[in-house]
Amino acid sequence: MNVQVKQKIAFSILFFCTLLVIIPVLVILVIIFAKGISAINISFLTEMPTNGMTAGGIFPAILGTLYLVLGAILFAVPLGVLSAIYLVEYSRENILSRIVKLAIVNLAGVPSVVYGLFGLGIFVLFLGFGASILSGSLTLGIMILPVIITASREALESVPKSFRIVSLSLGASKWQTIRHSVLPHALPGILTGTILGLGRAAGETAPILFTVAAFYLPKLPTSLFDQTMALPYHLYVISTQVPGIPENIRYGTALVLLLLVLLLNLAAIILRYQFRKRKKW
Amino acid sequence: MVETQIIKISIRDFSIHFDDITALKGLNLDIYRNEIFTIIGPANSGKSSLLQSLNRLNDLTPSYKKTGTILIDDQDIDSVDVESLRTRVSIVFALPFPLPLSIFDNIAYGPRMHGIKNKSKLIEIVEKGLREAYLWDEVKDRLDIPAMNLSGGQQQRLCIARILAVEPEIIMFDEPTSGLDPISTARVEETLRILKEHYTIILVTNNVAQAARVGDRTAFLLMGEMVELNETKRIFTMAQDKRTDDYLTGKFG
Amino acid sequence: MDMRARIRKIKEFIIERMIFLSAILSIIIVALIFAFLLKEGLSIFWRVPLSDFLFARNWYPISDPPQFGILPLILGSILVTAGAGIISIPIGIASALFIAEIAPRKTKEVMKAGIELLAAIPSVVIGFIGMITLGPLIKTMFNLSTGLTALSGSITLAFMAMPTIVSIAEDAITAVPRQYREAAIAMGATKWQTTWRIVAYAARPGMLAAVMLGIGRVIGETMAVMMVTGNAALIPHSFLQPVRTLTATIAAEMGETVQGGEHYAALFAIGIVLFIITFLINGAADIYLNKTKK
Repeated sequence: MNVQVKQKIAFSILFFCTLLVIIPVLVILVIIFAKGISAINISFLTEMPTNGMTAGGIFPAILGTLYLVLGAILFAVPLGVLSAIYLVEYSRENILSRIVKLAIVNLAGVPSVVYGLFGLGIFVLFLGFGASILSGSLTLGIMILPVIITASREALESVPKSFRIVSLSLGASKWQTIRHSVLPHALPGILTGTILGLGRAAGETAPILFTVAAFYLPKLPTSLFDQTMALPYHLYVISTQVPGIPENIRYGTALVLLLLVLLLNLAAIILRYQFRKRKKW
Repeated sequence: MVETQIIKISIRDFSIHFDDITALKGLNLDIYRNEIFTIIGPANSGKSSLLQSLNRLNDLTPSYKKTGTILIDDQDIDSVDVESLRTRVSIVFALPFPLPLSIFDNIAYGPRMHGIKNKSKLIEIVEKGLREAYLWDEVKDRLDIPAMNLSGGQQQRLCIARILAVEPEIIMFDEPTSGLDPISTARVEETLRILKEHYTIILVTNNVAQAARVGDRTAFLLMGEMVELNETKRIFTMAQDKRTDDYLTGKFG
Repeated sequence: MDMRARIRKIKEFIIERMIFLSAILSIIIVALIFAFLLKEGLSIFWRVPLSDFLFARNWYPISDPPQFGILPLILGSILVTAGAGIISIPIGIASALFIAEIAPRKTKEVMKAGIELLAAIPSVVIGFIGMITLGPLIKTMFNLSTGLTALSGSITLAFMAMPTIVSIAEDAITAVPRQYREAAIAMGATKWQTTWRIVAYAARPGMLAAVMLGIGRVIGETMAVMMVTGNAALIPHSFLQPVRTLTATIAAEMGETVQGGEHYAALFAIGIVLFIITFLINGAADIYLNKTKK
């Protein structure tokens, strides 16, 4: 077999493999869309569930997910950005910065169910917050912290060094330089990372299993210390534990969750692309 | 030459090391107020390192170590607040580095960082800086356009205006015209001559002809050591050291 | 220094302290996670010695007396992970090579976006689809009593590992310096020979890291696994049996435990095991990733 033929075969195999990775996304989208779209209407999205979850809407789950995700972001973004600023602008090549980076890598790899255990141990029990939006948000926030830190680090590192040098040589202090000459130009990247973190937090089930999630709540949460329903947990329960739920409601719930997460990620991808094109330097 | 010159900068036994590399060995020299002090020498002689020690920009480099003292107006630069030092001792680099802001915001950046918020005061400062840098006439109608839209020569003058806006005492130029065309170069050199009236100028240049045109006194640095320092006219006509002569006549560069 | 500047300096000092504290926070959190896992889980080891916990063959936490051997769970995790690895590693590396070296630029961007979207799909959704499509498929294909098996788990998890493997491997491959490729082409190699023998070879550490991180993701996966592997905590003998993984056990059984009880502690102890495993894998992967950056 000559070299050219070998190459053609090899390339075809590689191409096929790539398709194998990408096609499932489309397949999943199509299946869920096709079977779930019939359930989607305004009332599905805005009304409370009725009849033991077999009818009505999933509004509380949507609202609960929104609360949890918002709380997670409120916790993770300030801390994550400040940590990234430390790593990029202040730290030197020493043991401490290596340990910090190692810690972040490990946080990124901790299984989501272990985060759930942690949240249970520290927030629900030790600090006494109980199963609540507070516990759930904090747990989710810790889980997405590495995502925010990594994205913010990249954003900060991509700001040209010359901006810092110019600012400092004009007599600005280090923090002024960061605040006025670095951070503004890193914001697009930080925003992208935040959106990705949002998507991640919205889709996770295990961390909220023990810290906040409830299946059937007759009324909406009114305080931080209330439990709440959430989309991913809801989907899990109605697909594995509750019989008699119409198929299209199951698919419909999956569709809402999927669309929420995919739209967030798509927004992040597009934003990232736009910012790269429009960079002023 | 004026008989009684006031010493502005005093450098005593100053050495610079970056980890194991010695960039400057035991430098001793004085720089007078309101002169154009030129430093010439081939690449890697320590010229830029010296400049960046004068405004403590080298402090940002983790591998930087130094010995010896630098006094400005008889004050050790290490004992002064570094931010006010950098306001008094500013630097223009070889490549212009405009910030990704408008022309106005570039010039106003320094004053804003120092607390000046009053809009009319800022306008006044910006105009003054641009005039002193000979850029005002060319840009006065378009102060809001991005500074990066200007030509190379204009950007370099913008950088000069930016510095003038913080009212320095010493302005250091690190090969400021190496990237510019002859006309822009001539403009910058003319600006230097006018600036020396109010400021102390240190000019580092690879271009010996420029040093001859512009410098009052010239120092020749070779591989971290100062070989010779004298009035520019004297260095160029009767250099004391053979190495100086060789460099000036182009035997090495 | 005037008043304004002095105030600014104090503000900046406070801000810089906060920045430093935020960074330390990551270290504190990792330590806290480990600490709380130990706090809640250590007590099981007064009842069950460590070697029994890890290697005893029976996981019957609610029987009387309860038995807490996690070997079936470990084997379940290993089986599903190995299966996922067998599927996802070759396909993932192949895709990474294609995207990095062969795909034209526009297609490349679209493909990378597609992979990012696959990575973003929540595990509960993937589990849902796996349960509904793969389960019945495998059941009929192999004539089993249930389609929720280790095999289904492996296939489902493979799709969760692949995006991680592809994107990190693709980064590593792209990072191989241009000179390597140019030198090979200059010596007459075809594009394929260059890609396979030179570029892929040079990117080995990064590709290894990609695989490790992908495997790490699979080991830590909970929801998809729970929905697709059948949840039978027995020692598996083949891929076509239902199994139970470490992660699924925690998620499935925590609701049934009494806080502070043995079962509860045993689940936390499984958490300790998981934490250590992923700690080691991620640490090793990080070392390899740093090798490629040099």
